[in-house]
Amino acid sequence: MPSNSPDSAPVAENLPERTGAQIVVDTLVDLGVEAMFGYTGGVVLPLFDRLYDAPIRFFVPRHEQGGCHMADAYARASGKVGVVLATSGPGACNLVTGLATAMMDSIPMVAFTGQVRTELIGNDAFQEADTTGITRPITKYNSIVKDVRDLERTIREAFHIASTGRPGPVLIDLPVDVEVNRHRGNGRAEIDLPGYKIRTKGHARQISTAAEAINMSERPVLYVGGGVIIANAVEELRALAEKAHLPVTMTLLGLGSIDQRHPESLDMLGMHGSAYANYAVQESDLLIAVGARFDDRVTGKLSTFAPNAKIIHIDIDPTSISKNVHVDIPVVGDAKHILTELTKEVKHRPREAWFARIAEWKKKFPFKYDGNSGRIKPQYVIQELCRQTKNDAIVATGVGQHQMWAAQFYRFIKPRQFITSGGLGTMGFGLPAAIGAQIARPDATVIDIDGDHSFNMTMTELATAVQYELPIKVCLMNNGYMGMVRQWQELFYGRRYACSYLKNPDYAAVAQAMGAVGITVDKKEDVPKVIERMLAEKKPCVVNFHVEAEENVWPMVPAGKSLSEMDGLDILERLI
Amino acid sequence: MKHIISALVENKPGVLAHVAGMFAARAFNIDSLVVGRTEDPDLSRMTIVVIGDDKVLEQVRKQLAKIVPVVKVQDFTDQPVVARDLMLITVSAPPEKRPEIFPLIEMFRGRVVDIGLKSIMVEVSGPETKIDAFINVCKPYGIKSVARTGTIAMPRQGKGDM
Ligand SMILES: Cc1ncc(C[n+]2csc(CCOP(=O)(O)OP(=O)(O)O)c2C)c(N)n1
Ligand SMILES: [Mg+2]
Repeated sequence: MPSNSPDSAPVAENLPERTGAQIVVDTLVDLGVEAMFGYTGGVVLPLFDRLYDAPIRFFVPRHEQGGCHMADAYARASGKVGVVLATSGPGACNLVTGLATAMMDSIPMVAFTGQVRTELIGNDAFQEADTTGITRPITKYNSIVKDVRDLERTIREAFHIASTGRPGPVLIDLPVDVEVNRHRGNGRAEIDLPGYKIRTKGHARQISTAAEAINMSERPVLYVGGGVIIANAVEELRALAEKAHLPVTMTLLGLGSIDQRHPESLDMLGMHGSAYANYAVQESDLLIAVGARFDDRVTGKLSTFAPNAKIIHIDIDPTSISKNVHVDIPVVGDAKHILTELTKEVKHRPREAWFARIAEWKKKFPFKYDGNSGRIKPQYVIQELCRQTKNDAIVATGVGQHQMWAAQFYRFIKPRQFITSGGLGTMGFGLPAAIGAQIARPDATVIDIDGDHSFNMTMTELATAVQYELPIKVCLMNNGYMGMVRQWQELFYGRRYACSYLKNPDYAAVAQAMGAVGITVDKKEDVPKVIERMLAEKKPCVVNFHVEAEENVWPMVPAGKSLSEMDGLDILERLI
Repeated sequence: MKHIISALVENKPGVLAHVAGMFAARAFNIDSLVVGRTEDPDLSRMTIVVIGDDKVLEQVRKQLAKIVPVVKVQDFTDQPVVARDLMLITVSAPPEKRPEIFPLIEMFRGRVVDIGLKSIMVEVSGPETKIDAFINVCKPYGIKSVARTGTIAMPRQGKGDM
């Protein structure tokens, strides 16, 4: 097949000839990019030279994976496109985990990678890797620019693709000769992507059918995913929930779509979701999914999921519809538009019996832990963090038990507040994510609620936080274990804790050595005042909480079981 | 069940890798895939024969359409189409057997495109079943090698078979 057809690319006649590197920087500035993350190397030197005095704040991580997570979290916290840059070969390979993380959670990102000279491609040149080949399945789209005449257009297309429809990471591979070849650029010509169409407006008749189903329903549940936050449709969601009077449950990534202090919030559903959300879904007669994708961690056993419910599914991605669960009323389009239209057609219904039943479950099965224990319970630390930050901090996490407790015990009130790797479940996400979020939101209190072993994976980024004087707070729920793995081993592998306990460093000392504040907490009664001190710190601060080592996350729907078959409810019920 | 999917794609590098990679990553079964130019120099047509039930096919269609350089996707399953494969086959055919073989070739509307001392090369096109049948017919004489395309297809405008 012929290569990109430069003949058809418009030329910005009014602009001077510039190097490809200068075109990249000018285009980024024109697109409104304010911050970028990246790490240098041989084939990206022309780019770094142009970035040196560009009006873009540039942040250098200590590992490209960290930079990729920073760009991702910057996007999650701000709603803007996150931008990351890495060199060829090893630099590009180090982006893989970060791109896959962003892809699974539909995060708008553009990644630039350097590449060896075009005429060397395919020759196993020094630091050559087939970057587009490696990243194709973990990006929304990627391409290599082999001709500087295509460069500006490709960048503009990348930002458009990354940020519209169901967002995702887009990668552009840039051979070093393209960075130095000269051209005028393509200007702001209209984007021409004949294969990229997005349906924004929902089908009017489908919306009416959905409204009718809602108006008929006795036991509806709104099931909300990250798509509502991505679509900036939180206000519209609240309007629908209030007008039609619907209880709302959220996925891990949906947390923050409605104020969890609201009585209609059923909090998170799924494997470690609330019993009241899971029971409500299972007994519902109508499930209204918005920007959610029926992930296996949410549905449990598919064949018994919401057995009596009709399903409405509102999503911008047609492939999400009827992928896992048969959908009765699909509405493809932008959640913001569809929710607005839907709200016009729904009627208020009291649904007293249904709300009474939910209130009963809520009373009987709240998230709980042993408050009388003399040890530091991780749930207690998180509750205390929530109390002292008045529910208003940005919370990033690693992956594991601490992540689930953060989801259960921090009560979120706003979108873009909870920054966590949901789909891929990437340990090591928390610290770089907190850094990216703090850069996006300099005035916010940003807390990384992390696990010891998740932190171990990327803790080198503490040096990044110190260098850029970012007042992030890292709260380590240090149980010594890969706690979530240990929990599965306890429950399903006869307590054989194979390779899930490692010797940890003295984190406070590590933090101090890196120029951050480091504090160790061993006593439960010290928790409130240490948190107070931490929140007042201007420097990056690591607080190492030695928490109860063998605490479990409850409730738990074991993999392959129905949502209503939750383990641990009896344990929770016995607690006072 | 076999389905014929036709996808118009932008003529860009990497499109085939995007499409093939998607099929592999999502564990869809491809029976055959043919790519070629079209009347528009910016577009190629991929004709893909996929095995799966309706639910799988619905996902295949949507996942294909979601790939950025894929412009249009059609499922020809429930419409009248002309579907053709092309085969080159070399059959051992010493001169004394040729009077026997040549009428067979004619029956299948094939053409002899190369003649060697002991073998001949035949070109046959038609529906997959016809190609399979011709292979069976040739077996007793000894098949030396086979090269065949996958299916290409186009919806019918008229009614009858031509
Ligand atoms: C990069 C990566 N490797 C492995 C896993 C599998 N995994 C999931 S949770 C977990 C343990 C996490 O331990 P820690 O960060 O200490 O959190 P805890 O569960 O103890 O709170 C592991 C190994 C993963 N999710 N990500
Ligand atoms: Mg741990």
